[in-house]
Amino acid sequence: MIRFANVSKHYATGTGAALEGITFHIARGEFAFLTGHSGAGKSTLLKLMYADERPSAGDVRVSGFNIGALGRDEVPRLRRRLGIVFQDFRLLEDRTAAENIAFALEVTGSRPDVIPARVTRALAQVGLQAKADAYPREMSGGEQQRVAIARALVNDPPVLLADEPTGNLDERATRSVFQLLHEINEAGTVVVMATHDLDLVRHAKRRVLELRDGHLVFDSAADADAEAAE
Amino acid sequence: MNLLWREALLTFRRTRTLSVLSVTTIAFALFVTGLFGLVSLNIRNALGDLEERVEIVAFVLRGTPTQTIAVATQDIAAFPEVLSVTYVSEDEALERARTDLVEFQDAYRDLEVNPLPPSLELRLRPGFRNAEVAAEVSERLQGFGFVEEVRYGREWVQRLDALRNIAGLVGLAIGLAFALVSIVIIGVTIRITVLQRAREIHIMRLVGATDWFIRGPFLLEGAIKGFLGGIAALVLCGLVFAGFKSQGLGLGVGLGFFNIGQSLLLLLFGTLLGLTGSLVSVSRHLKSV
Repeated sequence: MIRFANVSKHYATGTGAALEGITFHIARGEFAFLTGHSGAGKSTLLKLMYADERPSAGDVRVSGFNIGALGRDEVPRLRRRLGIVFQDFRLLEDRTAAENIAFALEVTGSRPDVIPARVTRALAQVGLQAKADAYPREMSGGEQQRVAIARALVNDPPVLLADEPTGNLDERATRSVFQLLHEINEAGTVVVMATHDLDLVRHAKRRVLELRDGHLVFDSAADADAEAAE
Repeated sequence: MNLLWREALLTFRRTRTLSVLSVTTIAFALFVTGLFGLVSLNIRNALGDLEERVEIVAFVLRGTPTQTIAVATQDIAAFPEVLSVTYVSEDEALERARTDLVEFQDAYRDLEVNPLPPSLELRLRPGFRNAEVAAEVSERLQGFGFVEEVRYGREWVQRLDALRNIAGLVGLAIGLAFALVSIVIIGVTIRITVLQRAREIHIMRLVGATDWFIRGPFLLEGAIKGFLGGIAALVLCGLVFAGFKSQGLGLGVGLGFFNIGQSLLLLLFGTLLGLTGSLVSVSRHLKSV
C-alpha cells in the first residue's frame, strides 16, 4: 500500500538532509506508528506520502501512485484516496461540523443528493451525530479532532495519514481518538500515525517506525522478521 | 455550478468591508478609464465633424464646354475616394458669395463682370479625409485639361491629420496605462481575499480539489467585482457628464455620452479586468503552496 525504497529528501536551504535512505513497506490493513523527536522527519515523511513534498532520491509509492513522477494535476486524484488529519484539526471555523465534512465531498465533485447521507454516516462513525450543527468553537479539542477524522474518512479512503492527531488533546481525548483510529483500521483502512506520545505507542502494541535525524533507526516489523529468522 | 456561486457569494458576505472596498477601488480605476474614454470619444466626435469639412475645390477654366465638364464629373465621381462631386457655375458662385459674404454684398452687386470662376466641389468618403488622399486626388484633378487650379486647404488638413494621430496615440497609451493600473488594483484586492482564505484553499487541496475547482469561485468573485465596479464607474461617469453639461461647460460643442454598445463594452472590460486580476492572483498563490 505504501512503499519507500531508499528515499532521501533534501531541502534547497542546505540545512542537511531531512530524510536519508528510508526504506519500508506498509501493507494493506496495517496500523503503523511513526515516532521520533521533533525535527526527526516524521512530518516530512508524511508529506511525501500525500505529495506535499517530492523525494530528492528514491522511490515512493502510495496507493499505486508514484509520488516522484506525479504531475501537479494528478495530486488531487491521489489525495482523494487518502484521508489526512493534523494536530491543529484544520477545520473551517465559520462552518458547522456537518458543513466541514460536506465541504470535502463538495469540492471533490460528489453528487449533491448523496452528500447529506454520507455526512450523517461519517458523523455516526466518529460518534458525533449530536454535534452536526455545532461550530468548531463550540466543541472540545477531542470533538474537533473527531470531526476532522470524519472529514478524512467521508470519501472512504484506503489510507488514513495522521500527523500528531493527539498532540493538542488531554489524556482522555487522546485515548478516545486513538480508539477511533484503531476501529477505523479494524474496518480495513491503513492508518499511519505520527506521534511522540511514547506511552500511547507502548500500550498499543502496533508496528513502530522510529526516525532519528532523518534516518529510520527502528522498524518493529523488520525486528520481528529478524527474530523469526533467528 | 451552485457551489461555485455559493462559495463566491459567501466570500462577499464574510468579507463585506473588504468586498465593498474592492468594488470601490475597481470602480474608481474604471471611472478614471471611463472618463478618459469619454474625453477621447468627444475628441473623436469633434474630429469627425471637422473631417466632414475636408473638401477639394477644382477651379474650371472659363469657357469649358458644359458637355466636357459633365463627362469629367462622371469620371471623377467614380474615383473610389470621392463621395460626391458638385458643379458650381459662375453664377452660382457669385450668388453664394453674395449670401455668404454679407460684408462684400455691395461690392458684388455693383460688379459688371463676374470675377468668380466655375468650380467642381468634391467631398471625400469617410476614411479618405486626410492630407495624403486629398493631395493624391488633387494631383489627378490637375490632369484634366480644363482644371485651372485645385485647392484643399493643405495645411489645415495636415494639421487635422496630426491632431488625429496624436489623439489616437495618447488615447491608446493612457487607455493601456489605466487598464494596467486597474488589473494591478484588482489583482491586489483579490490577493488579499486569497490570503484571507488561504486556510480554506489549503484544506481544499488536502481533500483533493483540483486547481481549477479552487480557482472557480475566485474567478467568479473577481468577475462580479469587476462588473459591479463597471456599473459604479458608469454611474459616476454619467454624474460627472451631467454635471459638466448642466454647468454649461459644453462650450457649444455637442457633447456625447457612451451609447449602449460602449456602456456594455465598459462593463465587459470591467468584468474581464476582474477575471484577469483574479486569475493572476489565485494562480500565483496556488503555485506558491
